[in-house]
Amino acid sequence: MTVEGWILIALFVAILLALAKPVGLWLFALYEGRRTPLHMVLGPVERGFYRLSGIDPNEDQSWRRYAVHMLIFNVALLLFTYVILRLQAVLPLNPQGLGPVSDHLAFNTAISFTANTNWQSYGGEATMSNLSQMLGLTIHNFLSAATGIALAFALFRGFARRSAAGIGNFWADVTRVTLYLLLPLCVVLAVFYIASGVPQTLAGPVDVTTLEGARQTLALGPVASQEAIKMLGTNGGGFFNANSAHPFESPTALTNLVQMLSIFLIGVGLTYTFGKAVGNTRQGWAILAAMMALFLAGTAIVYWQEAAGNPNLHALGVMGGNMEGKEVRFGIAASALFSVVTTAASCGAVNAMHDSFTPLGGMIPLFNMQLGEVVIGGVGAGIYGFLLFAILAVFVAGLMVGRTPEYVGKKIEGKEVKLAVLAIAVLPLIILSFTAIASVLDAGLAGPLNKGPHGFSEILYAFTSAVANNGSAFAGLTANTPFYNAMLGVAIWMGRFFVIVPMLAIAGSLAAKKYVPETAGSFPTTGPLWTGLLIGIVLIVGGLTFLPGLALGPIADHLAMIRGQLY
Amino acid sequence: MSQNTPKSLFTADLIVPALGDSFRKLNPRELIRNPVMFTTAIVAVLLTVLLVIGQDGLATGFKLQLVIWLWLTVLFGTFAEALAEGRGKAQAASLRATKADLTANRVKNGGTEAVAASALRAGDLVLVETGELIPADGEVVEGVASVNEAAITGESAPVIREAGGDRSAVTAGTRVISDYIKVRVTQEPGQGFLDRMIALVEGAERQKTPNEIALTILLVGLTIIFLIAVGTIPGFASYAGGSIPVTILAALLITLIPTTIAALLSAIGIAGMDRLVRFNVLAKSGRAVEAAGDIDTLLLDKTGTITIGDRQATEFRPLAGIRVEDLAETALLASLADETPEGRSIVTLAREAFHVATASLPTGAEVIGFTAQTRISGVSMNGTLIQKGAVDSILTANPDIGETPAAAELRRITDDIARSGGTPLAVARDGRLLGAIFLKDIVKAGIRERFGELRRMGIRTVMITGDNRLTAAAIAAEAGVDDFLAQATPEDKLALIRKEQADGKLVAMCGDGTNDAPALAQSDVGVAMNTGTQAAREAGNMVDLDSDPTKLIEIVGLGKQLLMTRGALTTFSVANDVAKYFAIIPAMFVVLYPGLGVLNVMGLVTPESAILSAIIFNAIIIPLLVPLALKGVKYRPAGAGALLGRNLAIYGLGGLVAPFIGIKLIDLTVNGLGLV
Repeated sequence: MTVEGWILIALFVAILLALAKPVGLWLFALYEGRRTPLHMVLGPVERGFYRLSGIDPNEDQSWRRYAVHMLIFNVALLLFTYVILRLQAVLPLNPQGLGPVSDHLAFNTAISFTANTNWQSYGGEATMSNLSQMLGLTIHNFLSAATGIALAFALFRGFARRSAAGIGNFWADVTRVTLYLLLPLCVVLAVFYIASGVPQTLAGPVDVTTLEGARQTLALGPVASQEAIKMLGTNGGGFFNANSAHPFESPTALTNLVQMLSIFLIGVGLTYTFGKAVGNTRQGWAILAAMMALFLAGTAIVYWQEAAGNPNLHALGVMGGNMEGKEVRFGIAASALFSVVTTAASCGAVNAMHDSFTPLGGMIPLFNMQLGEVVIGGVGAGIYGFLLFAILAVFVAGLMVGRTPEYVGKKIEGKEVKLAVLAIAVLPLIILSFTAIASVLDAGLAGPLNKGPHGFSEILYAFTSAVANNGSAFAGLTANTPFYNAMLGVAIWMGRFFVIVPMLAIAGSLAAKKYVPETAGSFPTTGPLWTGLLIGIVLIVGGLTFLPGLALGPIADHLAMIRGQLY
Repeated sequence: MSQNTPKSLFTADLIVPALGDSFRKLNPRELIRNPVMFTTAIVAVLLTVLLVIGQDGLATGFKLQLVIWLWLTVLFGTFAEALAEGRGKAQAASLRATKADLTANRVKNGGTEAVAASALRAGDLVLVETGELIPADGEVVEGVASVNEAAITGESAPVIREAGGDRSAVTAGTRVISDYIKVRVTQEPGQGFLDRMIALVEGAERQKTPNEIALTILLVGLTIIFLIAVGTIPGFASYAGGSIPVTILAALLITLIPTTIAALLSAIGIAGMDRLVRFNVLAKSGRAVEAAGDIDTLLLDKTGTITIGDRQATEFRPLAGIRVEDLAETALLASLADETPEGRSIVTLAREAFHVATASLPTGAEVIGFTAQTRISGVSMNGTLIQKGAVDSILTANPDIGETPAAAELRRITDDIARSGGTPLAVARDGRLLGAIFLKDIVKAGIRERFGELRRMGIRTVMITGDNRLTAAAIAAEAGVDDFLAQATPEDKLALIRKEQADGKLVAMCGDGTNDAPALAQSDVGVAMNTGTQAAREAGNMVDLDSDPTKLIEIVGLGKQLLMTRGALTTFSVANDVAKYFAIIPAMFVVLYPGLGVLNVMGLVTPESAILSAIIFNAIIIPLLVPLALKGVKYRPAGAGALLGRNLAIYGLGGLVAPFIGIKLIDLTVNGLGLV
């Protein structure tokens, strides 16, 4: 570990914390439906869109209506992408003349992008035409992110409103977030990436002669624009197979830092928005503090493990940290930080190969996802997932102050507990059962590249990444098979929407409740005690169920490595 | 207040029947009410079967011990519940003895006929004479009698029950010890106070409270999550090229699911009600006890709760030109026949402070009694009329005084008295004002500190009084309440409760009169005084058998303690899982990857002893926590932050650490005894 490495990490955290409030305030304006400076330019576009589609943005939807509209929207998008991928051979903007995407891969990819997962069982440049990338996939990068933020708004309204029937309007939320947040920010970021040397073109690949005199085909395309939303919307689907390790996706140390920051940007901002929505910004800071503590602990472990490297290589005289699968341009600290950011935030973009991390270094990204992507988390999904844990934490420990538990002025009762447990149980339920199935079926066993515990980690990582809607891969698993495409597709869908529906039901139930004013007898949900409790509950309820799996995967792998056995 | 002698937790007469009951409660139909313990029982059955037919290479002795400890886990749970119920049952038995063989003299066609109490219907009239037991709950319609209510309240001093007013309610099973009364029965058979009390202490009517239901859902959720976590292990193990015996998986499952809190949950609830009963408060539902913990606002009647019931004369304030001794003597004459505590305090003050020697009224003096209409009392003697009473009443009764300077001066004096929290009484002789008597409300000792405690707990106190604003404000300031409602009518009280509730607050109050009934019914916790009217007792959701309004404060504490006990044991139970994982995971997987032995941080000797120790810890922690579940966690009034910090440290951190130590000790014992 180096001083420079820690400075990078400190710098990253400092910039992020400084951005939390401005971004949170901007999001709060959208949450409230207030005018922003951008309304002067984009206001007519928003109104025109409503008029065209016959939407009344002021209609206050019940949670059921909100959920149904959200589902219809997502299913429609899913079908749209499936059709484009299947027909890309006959559609325009296909300079490489690529054939249609196979049915199971199209199924998997369409679900994966709809659900803000961007799991890619394929290499982008060799499978997807420019049309598929731009229309079929990039559209999800915006809309799945906007859906996530809209859902977070809906839950915030549940906490903030008093004796209310509705939790807002899905269409208005999605439109405003896309129009006034994602698009403008992406324009700025894309211009920055282009200036940094990221390609942005509709032309096909070019053949070049390298310095050594070899001929090489360089894939090009509209990379910069996709790069912008890939990070900002915690999508993670790279234009190239190598994702952000590819110099055309992230050419410099600065683009690497900006990419990491833009992954966390909205998630961090939303914690402030939450505090603002419930009328006490300290509530938001308390959540951010718990998230940050988990994040920093993870970063420290990965950095330490990667910097320590592999003792077996040291024995062979190869000193230094673990550089396998890392870009020399970024080095260990930036790769370790990136890996924690991307897995904490349900992004899934990578700038190094997680499969090549040391066993424990690779376990942290895995564990981050298993916690449910709540450490900052995916845009919107992170905070609503975390609030589900907050509900459980308030309930378990809230009784200890001798009152019916309440959180930000709302009593937490049987209904909320039931729904929160339901939503939280989805994750371990699907991850563990699907991993167990893949571990015994031949079709599943054919996937992993490596043997022993490392191979098991690859399977566990794939399903964890899918259910948690992360999308990063522990490369090494051959996932483009009917079995994995189908299983992972189903896992992604359940991991996204089986959480969302009970979460919206909680929002509806909370919105209808009376407000309970805070007194000295109320459970204090700000301050270090609460932050510590949140961390404890996230680790015990979210993490403990995965201990057997982790023991048989990365932990066994690590212990074997120490004893000189590699897989 | 009288409290029934608390029974020790573990006496033979409670434990022996509870042992029997804990086996009876294994009945699946009863067990399924507790899903976690039901799951444990199913696993115990499964392992019992496997013990007989299983071929998994495990030593039979080891498996036998696991099976025994699993069954003990279930039995410890049913035992905790049975023990909690047992204490109530003992109480119910003594109540039932009171109820047995009650007979009644029913009034019929001018005479009476003897019938069994169970034949009485609402509306029947019964005659109860000296020495007889009152056969049914009802309202006195004729007569006055002193009644011994010890059977219900444990208080042997008799109380007066009379027709009309706020002391007309009588309870079945209490004994008339002088005179006779006629009672109109108000309850159908089987629904009386005594019946309800029996059902309540027995736990027969016990339904799960909202918080208990929510907690059960959480526990079921955790159980399902751990079922999946354990159920997928065989798949994982098969990847690693091995298999895990079902017996071991079952052991892991049972240690992970929250058996500790599940086993104690209903015992905690029963014990909470029981504590209230032994505090001589009868809650009509568990929901009311829980609500007591959530109270935000306490409405307290001034008289009897905040101040001692009787006002005391502390000062005479003459008008200008009147000698204070003159005023004192006149006031004494006006009060000699006044047997109220206030009247007697005036006499005492006049004698002690001003040495007024007059011992008794002269012969021929005519006493003017206090009536609600005139609100004046006094005496007429030797052609002189002496009056004392409320200022307005005196002025009204003597229209000649009118708006004289004397009247204005009196008003100045009385306002001054009111401002300092006193009640002024004007004194007049032959239509001439002499001055005022300062009657002071005496705030109970220590009450200010109590309100301070309540404030720290986040509870607001509102004093309800019929006094005017000035007096009320002064007493409120002296007693340290947060707010007050002066010149309160029953409608004002009701309106205040509604307003607080509209702000999302939960309100508690106590009352005894019929006109309190609407407010009692509206409040979230309404404590009716046992001495109160039947209407009040019907409207409230709790009845205080000692009729002590100050108890409201303790009731809130008991409600909080109940919730805290549940929260603390849940936290403890969940936190235990960390250590259990560290005991069983290495033991289970060490055959697959020997390296995983390093996870055995407790240094447990063998895999078998590790698993057995975890199961034993999981089982015996239940009886070890039974006393805590029944007594409740220690509660002292403090802000939520302080309570949380303290309880998290004890039950959260304690829950993390305790099993590491416990399992290690058990492992040493198991190996020392050579059990595996």
